Formats: sequence, C-alpha cells, structure tokens
Amino acid sequence: MSNAQLETSPTAEEGVAIQMIGVHKWYGQFHVLKDINLSVDRQEKIVICGPSGSGKSTLIRCINRLEEHQRGQIVVEDIELTNDLKKIDEIRCEVGMVFQHFNLFPHLTVLDNLTLAPMWVRKMPKAEAEDVAMKFLTRVKIPEQAEKFPGQLSGGQQQRVAIARSLCMNPKIMLFDEPTSALDPEMIKEVLDVMVDLAEEGMTMIVVTHEMGFANRVADRVIFMDGGEIIEQADPETFFNSPKSERTKLFLSQILSH
Amino acid sequence: MTDATPTMDQSSDLPPPASTVGVVGWMLQNLFSTWYNTVLTVLGVWIVWVVVPPFVTWAFLEANWTGTTREACTGEGACWVFIKEWIGQFIYGRYPIEERWRINFGAVILVLSVATLVIPRFPYKLWTSVFLLLGYPIIAFFLFSGDAFGLEWVETSAWGGLFLTLVIAVIGCVLALPIGVVLALGRRSDMPVVRAICVAFIELWRGVPLITVLFMASVMFPLFVPEGLTIDKLLRALIGVMLFQAAYLAEVIRGGLQAIPRGQYEGAQALGLNYSKMMVLIILPQALKLVIPGIVNSFIALLKDTTLVLIIGLFDFLGMIQSAGTNPDWLGFAVEGYVFAAFVFWMMCFSISRYSQHLERKLHTGH
Repeated sequence: MSNAQLETSPTAEEGVAIQMIGVHKWYGQFHVLKDINLSVDRQEKIVICGPSGSGKSTLIRCINRLEEHQRGQIVVEDIELTNDLKKIDEIRCEVGMVFQHFNLFPHLTVLDNLTLAPMWVRKMPKAEAEDVAMKFLTRVKIPEQAEKFPGQLSGGQQQRVAIARSLCMNPKIMLFDEPTSALDPEMIKEVLDVMVDLAEEGMTMIVVTHEMGFANRVADRVIFMDGGEIIEQADPETFFNSPKSERTKLFLSQILSH
Repeated sequence: MTDATPTMDQSSDLPPPASTVGVVGWMLQNLFSTWYNTVLTVLGVWIVWVVVPPFVTWAFLEANWTGTTREACTGEGACWVFIKEWIGQFIYGRYPIEERWRINFGAVILVLSVATLVIPRFPYKLWTSVFLLLGYPIIAFFLFSGDAFGLEWVETSAWGGLFLTLVIAVIGCVLALPIGVVLALGRRSDMPVVRAICVAFIELWRGVPLITVLFMASVMFPLFVPEGLTIDKLLRALIGVMLFQAAYLAEVIRGGLQAIPRGQYEGAQALGLNYSKMMVLIILPQALKLVIPGIVNSFIALLKDTTLVLIIGLFDFLGMIQSAGTNPDWLGFAVEGYVFAAFVFWMMCFSISRYSQHLERKLHTGH
C-alpha cells in the first residue's frame, strides 16, 4: 500500500472504480507488468501511453481478465478479480472494451452485434434491446447502417459500431485499447469525436492511445509506461510541459517531433 | 471511328481487338494459345470422340427398355429391363412388398419437412428443426420397424437397398455432427484431461479403416457383451459409422475453429458472454460456415462408404444390385447394375454438393 492515492477515501457519489495493488504479470519468463499500483476514480479519464511492448495494453486487459495477473490485487467496482468465473463475467458486464481491430462479429448485422450481449447476458427482451441499440447507433451517428454487415462498413464506422456495442451493456467503465491505431487518418477524428462526447458525459475511461491531442483535451491524468512499469503520471498540462523522467522526455520528443 | 487524338471526348471508347472477344477470341485464348495447349485440345477432343459415342450407343440408342424378362434384351446395347424389374429391391431391399408404403410415407414426411426448412419463404423453421431432430427419428423408428400402432414388425435384417443406404448415411451424418463439434471443442480445451480424452478418441477412430470398425461392431462386439444381451446388428453398425464419422468431422471443425481470430473470442468475452454462449453464438457459427466444404466432403465420403456394410451382411443399395446380378435368371447384367449404381450415387452426391455451394453463397456476409 505504498501508493498515496489508495488512501483517499471515496465519497458516496464518486468513489473508486478500479484499484490495482502490486500487480505483476509474466509471459513465460518475460516480466511484462512490474508492481503496478493504480487507482482510478469514478468518472476519471486516464490516458496511458508508452513505447510498444511497454505493457500498457496488457495492463488494461488485466482489468477485465482478458489477461490473468499472477500477483497482486485488482478490484473493479468493488468486485475482486479472482478465478471465480461468475465474478469475472460480472466485471465484464460492468466494463466495456474497445479494441484496436474492432472485433465486431462479422456473421451478424450491426444491429445484431449490438443486441446480442444485452439479450443473452442481461436477458433484455428483443424489442427493448433493439431500442437501446438504435439509441446508441444514433449517438455514434450511423443509425442508417443498422442492417448492414460489419464487412460492408469503413474502419471508422466499424469502430463506432464497436463503441456503441460496448455502450449497449450500460457499462460503468470503458477501456480503449489503441482504438484509432488501425484506422486511416481521415477516420481517426470521427472515432475520437465519439470518445470525447462519451468523456464529457462522465464515463470512467481508460484509453491506451498515441493521440496526444486527445489526451491533452480529455484526460484527467496521463500515465507513461515503459518496461512494464508506470514511470510517470500527471495531469496533461504537467505531463506534456514539464515531464520529470528522462524516459518520458525521450518518448514525448519522439512522438511529438513530426 | 477516327484515330485517337488529344481532343477525343469520353464517349469515344475504342472496342477491344477482335482477336480477344467472341467465340474465336475465347478459343484462341483458352484452347490454342500455345503449341502444347493446341496438342492438349486435340487430344481432349479425340478422347471424347472415342469414349462418348460408343457409350451413348450402348446406353441409349441400342439399349433395351421394354419387356419383363432377360429374353426381351435382344439388342446389342444395355439391358435396362434388368434395372426396371429389380428397382423395387434396389430401393427397399427385402422389406415386405405390402409394407413398402411405410418407407414411402416416412420418406414423404422427411422430404416435406426438409423442404420447408431449406426453402426460405416457409415460416416456423425453428419448430421444423426441432421436429426433424427430435420427433422425426421416433416416428421413423416405429414406422420402419413396426410393432406399434398396429404395424407389423419388420426385422432390420430385411431392411436394405437405397433405403438402408440413406438410413445409415443420414443417421451417421446427423448424429456425428454434434459429437464432432464436442470433440473439436474438447481437443482445443484448456483442461488437460478433457483434451487428452478427445485426442485419444479422435486418433483412435481416425486411425482404423471403416471396414475394421464394421467388423469390430458385427463380429467382435458380441463376444464382449454378456450372453443373452443382443444388440441389433444394424444398430451396432450405425454406432460404429457414427463415431467414425464424428472423429473425421471433429478434425474438419477444429480446422474451422483455428481459423477464427483471437479477437473474436476477446470481443465476446469482453461483453460478458460465458464460454458456452460465446461458442454457440459467436465462434461456432463462423467456424462451421468456414468448413462447409469440408463437412460436405466428409458427408459425401460417408454416403459412398456406406456401401461397405455389405461385408457384414447388410444389403445396401449397391449390395442389392450385386446380389441381383448373381440371380441365375439375370446373369450377365452386372455392368448395367454398376452403371445405374454409379448414376444414382452421383446424383445424390452432386445434389448435396450443389446445395452446399448455395448455402455458402447465402451465408457469405462480405468480409
């Protein structure tokens, strides 16, 4: 419990959404996460950046158990992640995730992609699930694509569908794993716009991205990771203007130089 | 048309060169493009010329179609009278003639239900599927074997012909598919014991020839069960065929499962779907669609392999044709029988193949 942030007592409304204490993970012999301590408040927006292979994707994938951590403690929305499959499914219902490669289901229409989890996991009646789905499709500005298959959409549209699909489960937390890295430049904005909207509505968000403009605009806190460790974390202004660590400075100079 | 000039407007597209379009263009490109292509074309035409006319003469022009005995076959060509006279046995085997309506009736129910299932505009597809998978087998069992509803008992040893072929092939295929899916999932499971059992099962059944399986079922199996307990020979053969087919299908389906990207699993898991929902709703529909050609391939192979049941004394379609050919009154017409058998098998296999191609196109969603 070395991290000072863990001691901030939550108020009733806000409170802590995610708590990671001394988390370690190995891939075989490779130590990919080293003593991660992170506490995320409700409604907080966090951007994680760092060079590739630094463990940032692995970190957020541990939060919904797509990766298993081997030491330490992760508590999400007051549920501790253990090997209990029920609890894992419970957490996954509360935590939405958006992937670099969208991971839409290509054999289902856009609408069916959106209604599937609410109907089969939340047991929502079909008509209601479709209403919810159309509401979120409208919010990501592509209601007219509902009957199409994902393969018929552009990358930016697919990613917006993926965001809408997560939102249909009414999650308390959204994880974004490099959501714009696989997109053509002209499509990045349409996805970032949706994410900015979401942030302004007060969603708890953890975003792994290299979009520093987005970080600057939306993030409450920017975290820099390298070699499986959290090197530095600060509010965007401090982070970009006066980074403390040499590694952060080097990284920022590399990605901001062009 | 004038020469192309810099002032040419968009409407003056030139036609392609005459040597690349039309029948002549097609032939030049595809049949006579090089000297060896020309040689192959000539050779191909020669083979067709040598084979087809004599066959047509034999099978149609000089064939004998009318009559009821072998004496009617006076011409040089095929004696289709043989097929005509024996067609009842070829289809129903030794099933009593006055009971054949039961098979016809069962076939009509099956064909109608399958038709409503595959023709898109009929509703109630779910209920039809449930009926076909749960209701129909029970109805068919009592209809064909009898001893219920006032129907006379017909022993399975009297079952035969095309009827028996279809019983074995259809039951083998339909029951093997779910077993194959379970085995394929088991082989990819994280649980070492489950995986080991599935691997052992698949490798064991895939490693022995179907003939061995059938011999084991018919000859060896009765030696191991307590005296007094007898299990119908057809049933034993069916179970053997089914498990054999399941092992093959398992490997086909595993191929499909391996082609599904990891992102699909993660996408499903991140939404909170548990293992069974993820498999049934997300992974299997995609995997099975990918391996339709492989599944149909094994079904067609099985349909033809059912002819092997002859060696354990079950008279399937081919078996009946062979035994008719050894009838003293009809000696010497084996060729007609085999040609007919080949034609019927080809018709069945080709239909299955066409339907599967239609299914692939229908299920394609443009990714």
